[in-house]
Amino acid sequence: MNGERGANKEALFVSGHRACHGCGLALAVRHILKATGPDVIVVTPTGCLETFSSPYGYSPWRVPWIHHLFENAPAVASGIAAALSAQKRNNVRVVVIGGDGSTFDIGFGALSGMLERGDDVLYICTDNGAYMNTGGQRSGATPTYSSTTTHPVGRKSMGKPQLKKDLPAIVADHGTPYVATASVAYLKDLRKKVEKAMTYHGPRYIQIDTPCPSGWGFSSELALEIGRLGVNCGLVPLFEMENGSLTRVRKIRKKLQVTEYLKAQSRFKHLLQEDGSEYLKELQEIADQNIAKYALITSS
Amino acid sequence: MKITIGGVVKGGTSLAYKTGSWRDQRPLIDLDLCKACGICEEVCPDNSVYAEDEIYYIDYEYCKGCGLCAHECPVDAIEMVLEEK
Amino acid sequence: MLEQTMSNVKVVEGSEAVALAVKGCRPEVISAYPISPQTHIVEWLARMMANGEMDTEYVRVESEFSAASVISGSSAAGSRSYTASSSQGLLLMTEVLYCSAGMRLPFVITGVNRALSAPITIQIDHQDTISLRDSGVIQFYVESSQEVYDTHIAAFKIAEDPQILLPVMVCMDGWILTHSYERINFIEQEKIDSFLPPFRPANFLDVNNPKAWGSYSEENVLMEFKYSVQQAMQYGKKRITEIFAELARITGRDHGGLIEAYRTEDAEVILLAMGSVVGTIKEAVDELRSIGKKVGLVKIRCYRPFPHEDIWEAIKAAKVVAVMDANFSMGSEGALGMDLKSKLCGMRDTPLVFDFIAGLGGREINVKTVRRIVEKAEEMLNKGLPLSESYWVDLNPEILP
Ligand SMILES: Cc1ncc(C[n+]2csc(CCOP(=O)(O)OP(=O)(O)O)c2C)c(N)n1
Ligand code: SF4
Ligand code: SF4
Ligand SMILES: [Mg+2]
Repeated sequence: MNGERGANKEALFVSGHRACHGCGLALAVRHILKATGPDVIVVTPTGCLETFSSPYGYSPWRVPWIHHLFENAPAVASGIAAALSAQKRNNVRVVVIGGDGSTFDIGFGALSGMLERGDDVLYICTDNGAYMNTGGQRSGATPTYSSTTTHPVGRKSMGKPQLKKDLPAIVADHGTPYVATASVAYLKDLRKKVEKAMTYHGPRYIQIDTPCPSGWGFSSELALEIGRLGVNCGLVPLFEMENGSLTRVRKIRKKLQVTEYLKAQSRFKHLLQEDGSEYLKELQEIADQNIAKYALITSS
Repeated sequence: MKITIGGVVKGGTSLAYKTGSWRDQRPLIDLDLCKACGICEEVCPDNSVYAEDEIYYIDYEYCKGCGLCAHECPVDAIEMVLEEK
Repeated sequence: MLEQTMSNVKVVEGSEAVALAVKGCRPEVISAYPISPQTHIVEWLARMMANGEMDTEYVRVESEFSAASVISGSSAAGSRSYTASSSQGLLLMTEVLYCSAGMRLPFVITGVNRALSAPITIQIDHQDTISLRDSGVIQFYVESSQEVYDTHIAAFKIAEDPQILLPVMVCMDGWILTHSYERINFIEQEKIDSFLPPFRPANFLDVNNPKAWGSYSEENVLMEFKYSVQQAMQYGKKRITEIFAELARITGRDHGGLIEAYRTEDAEVILLAMGSVVGTIKEAVDELRSIGKKVGLVKIRCYRPFPHEDIWEAIKAAKVVAVMDANFSMGSEGALGMDLKSKLCGMRDTPLVFDFIAGLGGREINVKTVRRIVEKAEEMLNKGLPLSESYWVDLNPEILP
């Protein structure tokens, strides 16, 4: 049968979706579902993933999947979890896979409610650092000094001036038993974190760095490369927090300067011009603070 | 085709949409160099690399030609060549 | 002969009547957020749950937006689901309700009517639920707590009909109905159970048969999706009438079909209204009839789908219809007035229709108010005045700025 061969034979997220060439987010979804297995219901808020995986009549999802609105995925997920509990379908779990805009910004209230109530939902935020589906506008997750279409670089602007919201810490402060960050650059680590999250009950949160060639401005073969640079310069710390304490971090073996990461993407290219040095310094400080805060480098 | 009540769609139906036509570069695996590590299969966002008996193949019906598999291959066994249209 | 029930009769608060109706329908999931005057309903339900009288998942959310979203999720997962709200809370649900109607999710909402800000008020009118009329949600309006009890039980069956599959909202006036006590005839649980079997939708989020909900659509199908909701509405008119009749046979109480025509035979002036004000209007009609005035009333029970065929049958011989709207579309006129006029437009020999805005923000409507409306309608009829603007009843021009 059509396509029911090769990699699609057993996949839960099959080919024929319409993500851009080399999309880190599409890759993350494949691996999330490998780790959860088939007994999950997935909720996806409006965003790139919803758009590229749901043109009417063509669904790549081989698990039950629902998209409702941009800002209500946590509540829809809570409702599904309640229904599963009422129907005693105890083997089925609920997973949200949603973008940073819906998670950090517009759906934040609903997320906080879901966490506070302790509903049995694994919430996965695929973080591509902006509202990519609508053309790359800033979000609360956009890294400092990234150029976005609503914070474009100009004579009086160096991109987004604010810090990235520390959502994992905010989620952990709700008493969430399992919080982790992951990256598509480290797929095995990503899958292990999803598997671990599935062993917990109650709310769980994983934030995955999903480099976006179209929005970040890099060539389509580089999603993992960019992901690795982000992790190894300290701007994208990978860690796990269990019951409120930091239990594991991914160590940086060979520390890179942030410029290595920044220069590979056009969203930061203004920082490498002559008037950018001050701003580069600030970003290096952010990376160094992360390295210290999470002890990303083993001191010898 | 008739629309369904509420727009509910059967899962897996995207297989009818062949993204191979989006490709302008084609990955070619050199089986002499391939060490069958499986990294290309891991990194493909489009589920377009698969193995049968440790031999790796590209599914050109869906491969979009992003080049991730070639870039990530540790032994440079995959070459991207211009797609002839 | 109607089968008489042996059901128990009890004097209860309107909100408790709603909660008891909901309990009788055995929803699997309830989610709600408090707002006056809806609060007693969700508190009654919480109490029933706390006392172990009800076996339901109750998700106490952080907003109405989430309440509607929770029951959208649970409904898609195949559970009978319910929420209640009012005023600002209903507006906060708006985006969810449009989406869930489009996705054909059949939950039930009690819409406790209250005016909208600003100015903020807890007084009642119909502006909140009327604002949702275009969403694809079926809307009923009720006159009494008995009717609200019965209508909720019918509402689940209507929502879940495989050819309807739409959210259903039962609209009841806040305070007047929610907080007043009335003698209610309750239906025995076995009778509810056989009238309303467990919800078993053909499609639900099922790992054994994975399907996708909420797809992205474009111009090749979008109009058809919208029209299919209109088809469900049209079909609904017939099916709602049947379900109301079926319930009436069980209870022995007939509240009417999509409308109730009250003393409309040979009436020259017909009032058209909905909600609890109907009780007052009936009194006024009786009074006017007793002094020889040919006045009648059409009470709208089902507002969406709009039952214009039934209304036409009831009003076609009248000279004038005085529509009483407890809502107003700023810059235009009242919603009921617009609905009726648009349906009559292009027909021959129709009665004149005048739109009266009455009862906004809890402004009192008593028998005298209704009589003044009838007089005004007759006056305009005699002058042959076409009334293109709504007439604001009991407006105090003295205090206008
Ligand atoms: C209420 C509402 N506001 C705005 C939008 C427009 N919108 C759709 S997707 C989107 C951005 C999505 O960003 P994100 O959540 O980061 O997902 P991404 O597309 O980047 O993966 C926006 C602004 C909407 N659909 N609904
Ligand atoms: S814009 Fe970015 S995240 Fe969205 S589909 Fe394209 S590559 Fe993926
Ligand atoms: S080129 Fe891209 S889409 Fe094609 S097989 Fe390689 S990774 Fe997959
Ligand atoms: Mg994003």
